[in-house]
Amino acid sequence: MEQDSLLVMEHIHKRFPGVVALNDVQFRLRAGEIHALLGENGAGKSTLIKVLTGVEHLDGGTVTMEGTPISVKSPLEAQRQGISTVYQEVNLCPHLSVAENIYAGREPIKFCKIDWRTINQKSKELLKQFDLDIDVTAKLDNYSVAVQQMIAIARAVDVQAKILILDEPTSSLSTAEVEKLFQIMSMLKDRGLGIVFVTHFLDQVYAVTDRITVLRNGEYVGTYNTAELPKVELIGKMIGKEYEALESTPPAAAQDSEAEEFLRLEHAGTGSISDVSFSLKRGEVSGFSGLLGSGRSEIARLLFGADRHTSGKVCIEGKECSLKDPLEAIRHGIAFCSENRKTEGIIGDLTIRENIIIALQAKRGLGRVIGYSEAQQIADRFIEELAIKTPSADQQIKNLSGGNQQKVLLARWLATDPDLLILDEPTRGIDIGAKAEIQKVVMRLAQEGMSCVFISSEMEEMLRCCSRMYVLRDKEIVDELTGEAINEHHIMQIIAGEGETVNEEV
Amino acid sequence: MKTKTPLKTRVKISNISLLIAGTMLVVMYLAGASVYDRFGQVSTVLNLFNDNAYLIVVAVGMTFVLLTGGIDISVASTLAFTGVFSAFLLEKGLPAVVVIPLVLVIGTLVGYAQGYAIHTFQIAPFLVTLAGQFLMRGMCAVISTVSIPINDPFFKAAALGKFSWKLSTGGTAKLYYYVFVALAVLLIAWYVLRFTRFGRAVYAVGSSEQSAQYMGLNVKRVKIGVYAINGFCAALGGVLFSFYTLAGYSLQNMGLELDAISSAVIGGTLLTGGVGTVIGSMVGVLIQGIIQTIVTYQNLNTWWTKVTVAAILCFFILIQRVIAIRAERKKA
Repeated sequence: MEQDSLLVMEHIHKRFPGVVALNDVQFRLRAGEIHALLGENGAGKSTLIKVLTGVEHLDGGTVTMEGTPISVKSPLEAQRQGISTVYQEVNLCPHLSVAENIYAGREPIKFCKIDWRTINQKSKELLKQFDLDIDVTAKLDNYSVAVQQMIAIARAVDVQAKILILDEPTSSLSTAEVEKLFQIMSMLKDRGLGIVFVTHFLDQVYAVTDRITVLRNGEYVGTYNTAELPKVELIGKMIGKEYEALESTPPAAAQDSEAEEFLRLEHAGTGSISDVSFSLKRGEVSGFSGLLGSGRSEIARLLFGADRHTSGKVCIEGKECSLKDPLEAIRHGIAFCSENRKTEGIIGDLTIRENIIIALQAKRGLGRVIGYSEAQQIADRFIEELAIKTPSADQQIKNLSGGNQQKVLLARWLATDPDLLILDEPTRGIDIGAKAEIQKVVMRLAQEGMSCVFISSEMEEMLRCCSRMYVLRDKEIVDELTGEAINEHHIMQIIAGEGETVNEEV
Repeated sequence: MKTKTPLKTRVKISNISLLIAGTMLVVMYLAGASVYDRFGQVSTVLNLFNDNAYLIVVAVGMTFVLLTGGIDISVASTLAFTGVFSAFLLEKGLPAVVVIPLVLVIGTLVGYAQGYAIHTFQIAPFLVTLAGQFLMRGMCAVISTVSIPINDPFFKAAALGKFSWKLSTGGTAKLYYYVFVALAVLLIAWYVLRFTRFGRAVYAVGSSEQSAQYMGLNVKRVKIGVYAINGFCAALGGVLFSFYTLAGYSLQNMGLELDAISSAVIGGTLLTGGVGTVIGSMVGVLIQGIIQTIVTYQNLNTWWTKVTVAAILCFFILIQRVIAIRAERKKA
């Protein structure tokens, strides 16, 4: 055993119904290092962290901290052992004040009562270290998710822990905030803390970490010094052979401009968007590119009838139609994979089979119930086609990893045999392997004549998939690009508002 | 670094609701005073406390439970049981100094057991306390189906002991000693919720149970604790109520749990948990009391009290929703 290990986890096993989440995994953390824990979704990172912080109990294996074996049965115990955690989703109390969220459970007591002045004062000072100058007596839910995330980090840092675990802390932070976080991580590292850093952003891994431990499919792949592991090799270790698949996905082919039009929006508006016009052609993947809040998702909801257009008109195959609700959209052959998988997508307690056929059933109407054998057949077909990793179609969808859940949602809509598929952030938070598979399926279907709307924050993915790009800024379509004009630099310029004078084909 | 500044007009649901409730209480009192002669006297105010002391205690206990996002519909039965059982034991000749602590312990244990079942087996609080309600009400009838009078000297002294003084306008103003018990409970509860770790953990659990757990708070202790506190308060309310009536009767105070819940809601407590104060709950009790007084003065059927409370309750629930929705919109 290494002498300088602060934390040693060995032979860790954890099973969930139908899934082996961790199989003989090991993890060693030194004092004074930032250690990246990497792997695809479903690789077991989150489970390993939950085991370490006492949220889940391990089925086998040992955890040793500073040479003494420990058994962590609850988050409270983990904190007492000196393990402090920032979870992926903000885990603070919205109704409590900012300061209270930082001090909950360890409030200073003076004269038999909580010393609010000290709490507020110290919280203020603490947040100053994060360049946050906010009213700490205000309720937490007055602040944006990014600020809340910083507060959660501040709390975790202030707990005087020996080990700090950061599970995807940067997903809601801006670049400047991430910078600040890295500074603080370095400072804590110098103080001798062991920091576990989980992230999807490989650039961040190379920016701050000392070592990397890679998990794949619940198994331990290896631990490496960050400086000695090139990125390409790292990706190879994370996804195995699947990386080649991603590389070999052909870029979007230039489309025949004579392609038949499927849907057209003319001066349509609703709520926050007032006047958008565009047309979607069969066999084409159209990207909607823009910053968060630029109107991308609003357009998707409009196309699916989730928000009804209040002005302008929508024509499908040349005929005007109202698209008054999602059911009508489904019957017109429109499908919508929404942005928020957990709350607007999956129905956690239902099986994969039930989750897949639900849209098809809605399209057919309740008069024609899909029988068990037909449903099973449909489910099996998609499980095979999309390579959904599950023991059977009877598995509850909530037990699947994010990537596999997303594939099930894709299957749900493909089962309706759509003419137009709207994908809003279909690959957010899922692993590269599943990403590549989803991209491939979309492009294959487009070649077969389906029309597709693709929305993603990842420019690389948009560039790979889309043959036509609408660029959005402030709830308006500011440009339409095809062919050579679709390149990252150009799109960034347009989004930033510098591209209007550039002469391009429209 | 750019950070969102907090909303300038920060909206705190609890504060605003409490402010509205407080204003409403004062307005109702002044309105009553301007219409009826004797209404304006200080005795009206004191009688509000005399008549509702037990309900204040019960509402305070209920506030703890509601703050965690739970609910307890067994309190009225516990209260009745306390009354009947006390009367029964006193009749058998046990001294009050034994009886009162005993019934308080029983109430606390009943609450504890319910909290234990709710937390450990993850059963809906409504169901567990519904069972508790039937059980305690049933136990009352097992002991006695008829009203048992209380003749114990201590109880009599407690029932009748009061400050009283002649008013210059004629008549006497009275404030019974047992009101101070209720006020003490209120004060202690306020202190616990505001200045102790347990109290703050109650808010944290109600705000988000998962977060509270992840923050390392002892969720189990909080969840069981609030039901135990509520059971204690229900029993203490029962003792106060038997001072008030000097009898124990199995069918006493049917539906009182809902009065306690509505008082808390009117006082700004959210049933989803995390927001509310015991002071608010007391104001809620007083508002219901003042409505009752006005209805009496007006010589109306007492059911008009319920009708009015219903209207006020609707009003407050709507207000809370509107405030919450506006706050969300502003954030977005």
